[in-house]
Amino acid sequence: MRLEINGLTKRFGTFTANDAIDLVVEPGEVHCLLGENGAGKSTLMNMLYGLLEPTEGTIALDGRPVSFSGPGDALAAGIGMVHQHFMLVPVFTVAENVMLGHESTRVGGVLDRAAARAKVRELSERYGLKVDPDALVEDLPVGVQQRVEIIKALANRAEVLILDEPTAVLTPQEIDELMDIMRELKAQGTSIIFITHKLREVKAVGDRISVIRRGKVVGTADPGASEAELAELMVGREVSLVVDKDEAEPGAPVLAVRDLTVIDPRGHMVVKGVSFEARAGEVLGIAGVQGNGQTELIKSLLGLVRPDAGTIELDGRDISKHGPRQSLEDGIGYIPEDRSHDGFVGTFSVRENLVLDLYRSPEFSSGPRLKLGAIAQNARERIAEFDIRTESAETPVASLSGGNQQKVVVAREFARDLKVLIASQPTRGVDVGSIEFIHRRIVASRDSGTAVVIVSTELDEIYALSDRIAVMYDGRIVAVVGPDTPREQMGLLMAGAVPDPDATPDATPDPTSHPTSDGAVA
Amino acid sequence: MSALSPQTEALVPEPSDGRRRRDLTTWLPTVRDTLVAIVLAFAVGALLIMMSDEEVVEAVGNLVEHPGSFLVYAGDFVRHSASAVWDGYSALVLGSIGSASSLERTLERSAPLICAGLGVALAFRAGMFNIGAQGQALVAALAAGYVGFTFDLPILIHLCAALAAALLAGGLWGGVVGLLKARTGAHEVITTIMLNQVARFVVLFFLAKEAFQRPGSNNLETPVVAESARFPQVFGLHLGILLAVLAALGVWWLLERSRLGFEMRAVGSNPEAARTAGMSVAKVYVAAMALAGMLSGLAACMTVLGLSQSVTENVVGSVGFDAITVALLGRATPMGTVLAGLLFGALSSGGVRMQTAAGVPPDLIQVVQALIVLFVAAPALVRGLTRVRRRATTETKEVGA
Repeated sequence: MRLEINGLTKRFGTFTANDAIDLVVEPGEVHCLLGENGAGKSTLMNMLYGLLEPTEGTIALDGRPVSFSGPGDALAAGIGMVHQHFMLVPVFTVAENVMLGHESTRVGGVLDRAAARAKVRELSERYGLKVDPDALVEDLPVGVQQRVEIIKALANRAEVLILDEPTAVLTPQEIDELMDIMRELKAQGTSIIFITHKLREVKAVGDRISVIRRGKVVGTADPGASEAELAELMVGREVSLVVDKDEAEPGAPVLAVRDLTVIDPRGHMVVKGVSFEARAGEVLGIAGVQGNGQTELIKSLLGLVRPDAGTIELDGRDISKHGPRQSLEDGIGYIPEDRSHDGFVGTFSVRENLVLDLYRSPEFSSGPRLKLGAIAQNARERIAEFDIRTESAETPVASLSGGNQQKVVVAREFARDLKVLIASQPTRGVDVGSIEFIHRRIVASRDSGTAVVIVSTELDEIYALSDRIAVMYDGRIVAVVGPDTPREQMGLLMAGAVPDPDATPDATPDPTSHPTSDGAVA
Repeated sequence: MSALSPQTEALVPEPSDGRRRRDLTTWLPTVRDTLVAIVLAFAVGALLIMMSDEEVVEAVGNLVEHPGSFLVYAGDFVRHSASAVWDGYSALVLGSIGSASSLERTLERSAPLICAGLGVALAFRAGMFNIGAQGQALVAALAAGYVGFTFDLPILIHLCAALAAALLAGGLWGGVVGLLKARTGAHEVITTIMLNQVARFVVLFFLAKEAFQRPGSNNLETPVVAESARFPQVFGLHLGILLAVLAALGVWWLLERSRLGFEMRAVGSNPEAARTAGMSVAKVYVAAMALAGMLSGLAACMTVLGLSQSVTENVVGSVGFDAITVALLGRATPMGTVLAGLLFGALSSGGVRMQTAAGVPPDLIQVVQALIVLFVAAPALVRGLTRVRRRATTETKEVGA
């Protein structure tokens, strides 16, 4: 199906989210949509999916103009969408999820499960989407759940498939599988709109690339363009994906973790005797597929989770019994993995969030009283220094774009003297411009003598920042390697394979699900 | 520079001026919705007044029976309806703010509502539904009353001692809820409801004791609170309302200007982020509930040390439950709670006259109060109604043009 968008415009009040967007997706084409957060990609997709009504402009399918008053219309017209957060019922089976919304029944209103199952089997064979129709969705790894979403769309006879940042939740292996699936879909004539930040994926699978910036299509490129060119199109200036940094000059160990063990509330050991040191003036990257204990490890470093065994020493002092407040006062800076959950209070203004863990200091309060003047002054300075794009200091942080929300968190943590900076996924869901900015700040912090610990599931980020890389798998640090370690070897380590060149990672079908399934058995 | 900059300039010409304007623009829809809710509630109330008026009912009966003389009886209907509604609502206004004494009564009834409403609002801002204002007020009433009628102290000191006893009792009754939540994760809705029951029977238990029994009385009531422990009166109005206003100012300062308030609002909005920022969520829960209990305790003082001057089983009436609606209507802000408390106080005060002067059953007040809250709780409904009305008016204009 050929999708043609002409002059599509969406205004919210005086703000133009989409400005006269023209886009053509040919049948059997993977059309990549690149853009920073807040560039207007979601608005555009929501119009395509009938969730928003365009202010101006037209959408045409195979030359026929269409207008949608809701997702139902879009589905009926052959547009399917796989949302970033899956719309599946966890306690239903795959087949039940697929038939949800258009259940076919036999005489007497009995659900025709057999037909649904057959449909799932047919689609999964036809497109190479391996999935068991009778499995409960909640038991499936994220990557397979995503496949269910795709099957659901295909079962609806979707001919244009919108994938909204589908790789954000996937492991590298799952990403590769998704790429294969996309190629297969394309080969069979399905058009795909692929929304992403990740330039490498675009180059791997895209046929055509449109870059959206500030609500406009600012350029199209073919996959042959270099990553640097694409990034430049996205942010409107040249960005260096490789962080400019000098050789580290590591000093004494500041943070020493020994035999740290964490047992989660369900009784599963998630961190299994981890030991490492972070030295002043050095970035230690902790690489690994998500769910291998990194989350619990860094939470225990701040005191959010009490370790069950082992010690954490800061400058030789054991802080493993300290709570978050003491840890912060000890000089630990903390950028949490999930910023909207742990990093800021969404209803609070930028001004308030910029002192969320600093309000106790004499600079911002005296006795029981907050020094509003100093807090406002601080907000003005941080907003300027970190180029936080906000309407005003009084704007609630929840209404900022992801990148600017993260800048609020980063600006706050860098506002005091740090001995250790612990940053988890510091640039997740952040636009390229902000990534560069945040990376530069992290390196500057390193150069001023802070010990930096970065946890990231993005290998690019690990490579760009780290002076040493610790690889975590199944609750353990399986190797500490240098930043010049080849990607392939890193991939093997992250998949839990012994660093052996002859090992074949493909033999194990889904190494990523191991931590959870192991845990469930234990 | 930023995509938003043109707007920013238009909205905020000067940084110093900007904040006030933003506050106004963000509050305007809320204020409008609340006013619309109140108007709608009174409109439904007017219908009820009409339905309870004999002459109106008779006119409707005639209308149905004699469709031939439609115009005559329709006229009757309109006339009687208008006069019934007018009589009822004018009595309500006169009875609440029409004279010095009615105004006094309004303020006296508002004071406890405001205090207890502040307690509910404060807990709400810290992320908790305080259903327990009733129980907190009851135990506080007992404590204030006991100090009031048992001891013999100099004039101002006695009042302060009684107040302190009430605040302590209410604070403990509330604080224990916060402690249970912080320590064991017990949900405050369950514990406050349970503690309301406990408080009721604790009060009954003590009222049956000799030390709490009024000599020569067969009812469960305590002796009268000593003169020295009562609120001083100015022109017949006791000073409780002043305390209520001070409490509102205090709560405002706490929430907007203090460290503890900052922590409360952070915990109330995102406890995980608050914890990550080094705040003690447990401390906030305990502090917020203790303060909420103290405010409920202050509400109890309004009656025990002001109006009724002795403690009975029903001394605080239903102030703890009305407080929830007051806080809801006031959007959990101190200013809003004061306004909502004044409105409910006025309704309750005017309801008396409405019954005596216009014969409208006082239950109507309860219905109107409930409807206000209903309409406030359903902003989508209110907006829908106003939109329909606006569309209707624009259409009429077009026809007229």
